[in-house]
Amino acid sequence: MKYYVRRITFYLITVWAAITLNFVLPRLTPGDPAEIMLAKLARSGVQITDQLVRSVNLLLGGATEGSLWDQYVNYLGKIFTGDLGVSITSYPAPVVDLIAKALPWTIGLVGIATIIAFILGVGLGAWAGWKRGTWADNLVPATTLIQSIPYFWIALLLLYIFSVKLQWLPIFGGYDVYSFANPELSWAFISSVVYYGFLPALTIVLSSVGGWLLGMRNMMVTTLAEDYITTAEAKGLRPRRIFTAYAARNAGLPSIAGFAISLAFVVSGSIVMEQVFSYPGIGMLLIRAVQGKDYALMQGIFLVITLTVLAANFLMDIFYGFIDPRARQNG
Amino acid sequence: MADEDIRESLIAVQATGAGTADAVAIDESTAVTAPDRASRFIRAVRFVRRSPKFALGAGIVLAIVLFAIFGPMLTQNPKFSGNEALQPPSTDHWLGTTGLGYDMLAQLAYGARGSLIIGVVVAAIAVSLSVLFGVVGGYLGGWTDEILSLITNIMLVIPGLPLIIVISGYMDGRTVWFVAFVLGLTAWAGSAVVLRLQARSLRNRDYVAAARVSGEKAFRIVFVEIMPNLLPLFAAQFLFAMVFAILGEAGLSYLGLGATGSITWGTILNDAQVGMALTRDAWWWFVPPGVLIALVGGGLSLINFSIDEIINPKLRAAPAAVKSVRKARKTVLKDDHAGTAGTTVKVDA
Repeated sequence: MKYYVRRITFYLITVWAAITLNFVLPRLTPGDPAEIMLAKLARSGVQITDQLVRSVNLLLGGATEGSLWDQYVNYLGKIFTGDLGVSITSYPAPVVDLIAKALPWTIGLVGIATIIAFILGVGLGAWAGWKRGTWADNLVPATTLIQSIPYFWIALLLLYIFSVKLQWLPIFGGYDVYSFANPELSWAFISSVVYYGFLPALTIVLSSVGGWLLGMRNMMVTTLAEDYITTAEAKGLRPRRIFTAYAARNAGLPSIAGFAISLAFVVSGSIVMEQVFSYPGIGMLLIRAVQGKDYALMQGIFLVITLTVLAANFLMDIFYGFIDPRARQNG
Repeated sequence: MADEDIRESLIAVQATGAGTADAVAIDESTAVTAPDRASRFIRAVRFVRRSPKFALGAGIVLAIVLFAIFGPMLTQNPKFSGNEALQPPSTDHWLGTTGLGYDMLAQLAYGARGSLIIGVVVAAIAVSLSVLFGVVGGYLGGWTDEILSLITNIMLVIPGLPLIIVISGYMDGRTVWFVAFVLGLTAWAGSAVVLRLQARSLRNRDYVAAARVSGEKAFRIVFVEIMPNLLPLFAAQFLFAMVFAILGEAGLSYLGLGATGSITWGTILNDAQVGMALTRDAWWWFVPPGVLIALVGGGLSLINFSIDEIINPKLRAAPAAVKSVRKARKTVLKDDHAGTAGTTVKVDA
């Protein structure tokens, strides 16, 4: 129980930290983000109402109303009611709507690709650790090399080979925009999504599988050197049982405990990768916001990405507490 | 580590990139005396000589560092646009030219300089921060430690690149130092977790207790007594942070959010994207920078991996043991086959 209380407290503090960071950043920058955004909006011929000015100032700390503390309290109130302001690049669409449209693409893509990479990597890693001292050791330098390739460059290569040269797969987008005006729930649409999502998913799997593999392999090698493994062998247990129930089960724990770090890497990588494929996800939206100086959208996306990653980690932590009694015991 | 959060120590294992539980608890012999340290150094050198992984990694990194130092002296101005544009590799331009007529080799050489400098600066910042948050917190314990490790854990779970993108988004003119600083701010947390656990375990060693009893100040104990024992870890983390930084900078520059006016491998890739190198079939424009990034990253990771094997003997000994057993078995079989009884089986475990 203590474990869960500690984890929940930690995530609450982290959520608070992320929101506060979002509040502080635009106020720390040398320029005046609120001013820039309003000026841009005015230039594009939008009627600037008092309400709009107040909303932008509250988010980005423009011409200050009240003390910093008052601003902070009002800001928190705004965030908790789910109001992230309006976008200027797609005025007058609320930031929340834009994000809601883009988020499922990224979560679906990154989620599925990460699960595949995790299973593949941990499985192969366990096997490579089991076969230590054979040619399987050569997997180590090979995977370290693959791991050091930037996601977006793998994406560029895949795109060049499969889309430009061989023309097997589409060059950009998340689905066939000519056949479907809007996302819909039909087999034709889903197969289009799979067809367009294949290369992006392959990119994530290729670049993240090495990390899982290496971590698991090293842990497996260390675990196999433990005394209880020798005991198990001496008892005459079948190798298969030693592999699954004795070695792999214990060696797998760090992979799950360290899920957070790996997930942060995958999310970072896929944001840049989405740009390569013009994938209609949250990464593309973020880049578009940055390039258009759409600060409200930019801030909103950062907050939502952070909250999503935190939620994923939280679920993983709960799961971890469930499978590792030591974690629950020691709190 | 009985009082330690088991989950945290396991995360530390993951955070080292290629670590193991034992890397987290360096064995008892770590409490060094001078002659012991010397012999350990000799052993390390001997190991490094025997390790092909290290030799390969160091060779690659050295070659690219030399390229970054001397390359720019031998190539033309990377922003000289008088060449014919988008030429494939030829004798005039070994790696072709870009869409704006820049010589690719010159761009790569200057880019190597840019990327490596960012890498080193970021690694230095990241390691310093991880010392502050990890070692100092771990040694002092109590409330200081609670707060420092809370900040570390928060930084660990907040995804780095989106944060960097947002910060860069607010800044218009970005200098190299600004980019390095921002990358450094997001690169230290993993190392700090590892160092903190190490420092906590070292804190309870007798020799540290002796230093404390003899009246040494906390500052001196941290920097003179504890830090030398963490040197291999620092080395590993410095390299890890360098890889992180070079990859991160490449991604940032590719998005057009790198330092303004700089040339790195990332900016070359950004130019290639803007110049539609893919659809114009200009593979010489976007393949070489990526290959160089992968080579540097791979080289540094290989060095890192060898350091890991020094820190954690099990990683090295276990495969070797399996190998020697197999060799022995083979020898026995062969001997039986040839009927030469009495030959001793050579096992060099």
